[in-house]
Formats: sequence, structure tokens, C-alpha cells
Amino acid sequence: MQNVWKQVIGLLGLLILLIPEMALAAGEKADLIVIVADTRKLTGWEAWWANLYNESHAYFTLLTVISIPVVGLILGIVADFIMKRIGIDLSSRELAEH
Amino acid sequence: MDWLYVLMPISGVTIFWPGLVILGLGVGIIGGFFGMGGAWMVTPGLNILGFPMAFAIGTDVAHMAGKSLISTLRHGKFGNVDYKLGFIMLVGTVVGFEIGAQMIMWFERLGKVDLYVRWLYIILLTLIAWMVFADVAKKRKKERELKAAGKELDGLTTGIEWHKTLHKIKIPPMIHFKEAQIYCTAWLPIFVSFLTGWLAGILGIGGGLIRMPALIYFVGCPTHVAVGTDLFEVMISGLYGAGTYTYKGRTELVAALIMLVGAAMGAQVGTVATKYIKGYGIRIAFGLAVVGCGISVVMKLLPRYVPATKTVMDVSATVLILGLVAALSLYILFKMIQGAKQELAAKNR
Repeated sequence: MQNVWKQVIGLLGLLILLIPEMALAAGEKADLIVIVADTRKLTGWEAWWANLYNESHAYFTLLTVISIPVVGLILGIVADFIMKRIGIDLSSRELAEH
Repeated sequence: MDWLYVLMPISGVTIFWPGLVILGLGVGIIGGFFGMGGAWMVTPGLNILGFPMAFAIGTDVAHMAGKSLISTLRHGKFGNVDYKLGFIMLVGTVVGFEIGAQMIMWFERLGKVDLYVRWLYIILLTLIAWMVFADVAKKRKKERELKAAGKELDGLTTGIEWHKTLHKIKIPPMIHFKEAQIYCTAWLPIFVSFLTGWLAGILGIGGGLIRMPALIYFVGCPTHVAVGTDLFEVMISGLYGAGTYTYKGRTELVAALIMLVGAAMGAQVGTVATKYIKGYGIRIAFGLAVVGCGISVVMKLLPRYVPATKTVMDVSATVLILGLVAALSLYILFKMIQGAKQELAAKNR
């Protein structure tokens, strides 16, 4: 029985690894168009960011996927701090449907 | 007034940044309250602010991941997130979504797919709205009957109770979901999430709009837990979507981060508001949001049959969606302030 579970988990893992490829295959036709960022008027971090986009979508994706939850977490903690200052109980609620 | 505009380094457009913060705030409130990503509201809003359509969807998905993370954390503290249920449903959602997306590719070769998808969307939204309002009517009927008999309704009583029939299915493994307070076969949430994921894949939407009522009516989650658990799903699928859209070069991170500033506060307001509004209050407001979404889809479909109405319908649909965002977020904000005031007054007594 344990072997069956191992195989099922292994297959699920493989499926999760293969899914991004399938999702890309399921994209719209417009995805074939390559968009290039115009870096001529950009300076500093903006130029760096746009150059990263032009040079490697993989690194650009990696940075985006890391930045979103990190910034979300930081902003969430800040918003949490502000809400706590109001003085309401933010850790429990009464469960009721009506 | 140049300081009010910011240049987007990738798309090269200049955007009015306070507009992004306000949009983020509005959908943050609604998302945290209803447990959905709200792509159908954000995309037209971004488009109005001047975003090219190619970047609007990817940017929306990216900000959705961050926003849902904030809401999930807050809902988690309230005990509204059933992580076990969320992880189990994730399997069905991902597999169902990909099958749906592949099916759309196959249908595209047959032609007219867009038209069929929109009709399917309208049918589905009508069914969801009917389900919500039929449930409300049934619960009120129960309430009236009990009142006539001199009894009071139990705090957890619901109108439609399809989940009770589905819970009778005893195919192993049977699982107890602590936060959701349900005991059922693991195959029930897997099947429901597969179905909702498949529909979301076909319709090209995030799926919160379908998954939230499915969690209530088929899995049997209390409304608050359905909202929190759905947000957990939206967070994971949003991150995954952000990855795929960014890899295709369709995300403007700067805009997503500016939106997140507003969404962080909005998500807190929307989530805390669920503390003061009973389950059925959330269900009714959700039903109204579904009706609004349905009307906007009809408005977009109408010009296919009456081409002369295209401009009027496009503008009307956008006005309707943004009006709905404003009205719902103001209602939720008002309820949150009212509830907080009452709680503080009770504390100081």
C-alpha cells in the first residue's frame, strides 16, 4: 500500500512540474508576440529593471514572484499594525450564519 | 502635477498612480470580504487608467497574489482558513484548471469559442445568483415557520443544505476538517475543486467567484470559512498565474506594487468587516456582486448581435463594474466602521 502511495505522490509531483509547460502551451496566440521594453529614456533602477526584462524573462519572473509575496507580507504587517491601533479584537470572531 | 504620474518601465506608459492605489483599495476591500481575486473588476479599471490590455491581466494577477496573502493571514487569525481543505482542493483546482485551459485550445480550432464561453459564463453566473437568493429565501421561510411555532433559529442554520446529502457519501479516506467543522470523504472537495477549476480554466478566470459558493453549498463550509479558504486558494493560484504571465512578459511589477499599497489596507478592511457581518449578509452582498458581473458580461455580448450598440455597451459595462466596486467597497467600509465603533463602545462600557 505504501508503494502505491509513493507512486501516486511521485506522479502528482511530476504533474506539478509539468504543469507550467502545459499552461504555456494553453496560452493565447498573442503570447507569441515578443514585447521589448524601450530603455532609451530610462535611467537608474528603471533602466536596470527594463534591461533585466529584455535580457532574461526567467530572472525577471523569479524576481517578480519573490517580490510580490515579500512586499505583500511587509505591507500586510504595516496595515496590521495600523488596524491594531484602532483597539478592536483582531484575533477572534463569533461564528454565525444569520 | 507631474508627480502624480509615474512611468511604467516595461510598457512605457505613464500612469496616474493615485488611481492605482484607489483601485487596489477597492478590490482589496471586496476581495478580502468575498474571498475572490476580482479580476473581472480590476482589468477594466487598469484599462481605463491607460494600461495596454496585454499588461492589464498579468499586472492584475500579480497584485492579486500579494493582496490574497494579506487577506489570508488576517482570515487565518480569525480561524476562517481551513488549510487542510485548501491544500486538498489545490490538487483538484490545478488539474481541473489545466484540463479546462487545454480544452479551450481544442475548442478554438473549432471556432466561435469566445461566444460560447461568454454564454457559459452568463449561465453559470445566473445559476450562482439563483442558488444564493434561493438559499436566502429558504432560510427566511425556515425562520418564519419556527417563529410561528414559538421557536428560534439556530445560529448555524442554513437554507439550502445540499452538502448534508453529499456528506452521506462514505468513500475512504474520510477526513475531518477542523476549521470548516465538517467530516466528509476527501473525494468531495477534490471533485468540487476539480469541477470549479475546470470551469475557471474554460472561462479564463481565477475561479473565486465559482469556488466560494461551491465551498458553501457543496462542501458545506460556513460562509466565513469559505471566504478564508478560497482566499488561500486565490493566493496560491495568483502566485502561479503571476509566474506564468510574467514569464510571457505581461506583468508590470511597478504597477502591481503600487496597487498593493492600497490593496494591503483594503484587504484588512474587507477581512475585518467579515467579523461584523453575519454569514447571510456576506451571501446576499455576494449574490448582488454576481448579478452585477453577469449584467456586465451581457453588455459585452450584446454588440455581437446589435453592432451599433458597441460603444454604448462598452462604456456602460465599464461604468457598471467600477460603480459596483465603489458601491460595494463603500458599503463594506461603512459596515466595518460601524462594527468597530460598537465593539469599542462595548469595551469602554
